[in-house]
Amino acid sequence: MLNLFKKIFTTGVVTENYKTPYDEELERLGIEIKRRIDQKFSGSLAIRQVDAGSCNGCELEIHALNNPFYDVERFGIHFVASPRHADILLVTGVVSRHMQTALLRTYDATPNPKWVIAMGDCASCGGEFGISYASCGKVSNVIPVDMTIAGCPPSPLVLLKSLLALMEKQK
Amino acid sequence: MNWKVNFLMRLDEEAIFVKSEPSNQFELWQIDDNHWQRFAELAAENKFRWAAGFAEQMDEQFYVHACFEKSGDYVLLRAAINVSKPEIPSQATVYAAANRSERHTHDMFGIEFLNHPDPRCWTRHKAWGKHDYPLRHEFPVQGSPAEITPPDMGYHFIQSHGVGVYEIPVGPVHAGIIEPGHFRFQAVGELILNLEERLGYIHKGTEKIAEGRTPEGLAKLAGRVSGDTCVSHAWAACMAMEQAANVEISKRAALIRGIFAERERIANHLGDIGAICNDVAFTFAFMQMMRLKELWCRTNYELFGHRFLMDKIIPSGVSVDVNEAASAFLLTEIQELRAELSQIMPALDLNSSLEDRLYTAGYLSPETAAHFGTLGFVGRASGQNFDVRRDAPYAPYDSVAVKVALEDQGDIASRFWVRYKEINASLKLIEQFIGQLNELPEGDLVADWKTPEVGSFGLGIVEGWRGEIISYVRFGENNTIARFYPRDPSQLNWEALEKAVLNNIVPDFPVCNKSFNCSYSGCDL
Repeated sequence: MLNLFKKIFTTGVVTENYKTPYDEELERLGIEIKRRIDQKFSGSLAIRQVDAGSCNGCELEIHALNNPFYDVERFGIHFVASPRHADILLVTGVVSRHMQTALLRTYDATPNPKWVIAMGDCASCGGEFGISYASCGKVSNVIPVDMTIAGCPPSPLVLLKSLLALMEKQK
Repeated sequence: MNWKVNFLMRLDEEAIFVKSEPSNQFELWQIDDNHWQRFAELAAENKFRWAAGFAEQMDEQFYVHACFEKSGDYVLLRAAINVSKPEIPSQATVYAAANRSERHTHDMFGIEFLNHPDPRCWTRHKAWGKHDYPLRHEFPVQGSPAEITPPDMGYHFIQSHGVGVYEIPVGPVHAGIIEPGHFRFQAVGELILNLEERLGYIHKGTEKIAEGRTPEGLAKLAGRVSGDTCVSHAWAACMAMEQAANVEISKRAALIRGIFAERERIANHLGDIGAICNDVAFTFAFMQMMRLKELWCRTNYELFGHRFLMDKIIPSGVSVDVNEAASAFLLTEIQELRAELSQIMPALDLNSSLEDRLYTAGYLSPETAAHFGTLGFVGRASGQNFDVRRDAPYAPYDSVAVKVALEDQGDIASRFWVRYKEINASLKLIEQFIGQLNELPEGDLVADWKTPEVGSFGLGIVEGWRGEIISYVRFGENNTIARFYPRDPSQLNWEALEKAVLNNIVPDFPVCNKSFNCSYSGCDL
């Protein structure tokens, strides 16, 4: 037990500070916001992640958001276990045809108002997989999308900035 | 090599005639399709491991392949069958490992595996018709999908009856940040009586869309077969292409590939050790390991431009050098990681609550592991003493001594500690590779590409972080890909998971699952 506490105290706090990005930075990071979060929701976002056909690269970076460097929960952002609890669907990957109905049902199960983020090149434009007999291509071919984040995969930093920008109070 | 002579004699006695074509890394044996099952029986008697199965179409013929391994030697078995009567005896009757692979081949090509123990579809849900086969030449890449593909409701799961027996259907959309798949549990109280997996939800047509790509395009796609294995999958695909094109990569490029593959192994193992602890609510280890993994990924980004090293392995070489400054940084980082782990791991080893949850849970016996041809750390935690890097070494592993971590307890704790041992072994390997790298001049990263002959093929076999990856590539005209099949280790390990969770409690499923950490994407293709 002493080992454990010693390691906790010697590690200290590694969490880093991040500011909300502005328009120019958003463009540079490949973030496109089509509709901002309602002011009432800013400061508290419940996200339901849906892998609709990703290679699992994006999932690794979403996991990284919860590591002590980014510590996404301090911004009021947390990942929930059910679409019923969610304000946002964070969709990764092209939408495989076998996941199409599952994604539509998840979307329907999310209460209004809701926002959809298409994360990564596959989700925002089709990426390496595109449209085929097995894939519907980008997420907006299946459900309406409010924000796209480019990158293969987008880094946790870009992801975090996207969420902060989405929550930024409308001017 | 002696076993091959003996085995060929044994086949001769059975009147199974083999047309043999030796190659550098494996041998191609062609037999008559009637003998397909008998061959498997003899192979099983001789303790061959069934490693991969796939098919391809060439004009009016289907070629069915099965890859076997014994003592580090690979044999690629092939039989030709006519498109008008696509039937071949099943090997799944002999090798359980061949079960889902043959069902996949059936769904994609319409090849009937006679006497197959499980005639249900596997990869196909409802995106294409029962009598359409996406990998046949006449099937267009775009297919003719409905506007909304309905869910597959007709799949017959194993039924159970009895007082107090109930079912828990889980997925495809899971409660965590995880890939989609369906699990059907039958339970009594909290005890799992049976688990059945239903995958194929993220079938993205990887094999079909690989056709017609350039070598560079295929390397990119292979890096996305399973994102967490982007280095090793790209390596396996490039190795297959290089074999086909008869291109030899430079020593420097091989060493850099080795460094990247070991870095990938370490990153994933760090994450997994943390995640296993998180699944038993031991947050200390989770946060510490995620911190170390983040630092590791940041180094990848700063030195090589990508956090997971995606697209750094390209046909005939690598796209980025590990220069002197980078080497020095990597060596310092290795020392730092060792120091960190030497503080964290004893705290985990002595923790009784962790012990309580990890020991004896999710037990996979060595027999079951062998039965399903279980690979990588899952196999090695259940006594399967196999590692491509040691048993069938390829550059740069042929220049170093690879120490293979082994445990035989078969529980979650074994899979946990095997990972830790593998991290240590990988750190040593990186140090050795960097030592060799420093003796070579910088540059010389990409060898000259030679356009491969039409029909030339290769089999790339590498040890990814999850275990042995086998990639088959055949070239068509004008330097384009005619067939690509990647066999991720998950395809075999998934079946072993069904057995490992039996008699565990349902709430322990997440940690059992995490201790295997199979890829859905690498399995569904």
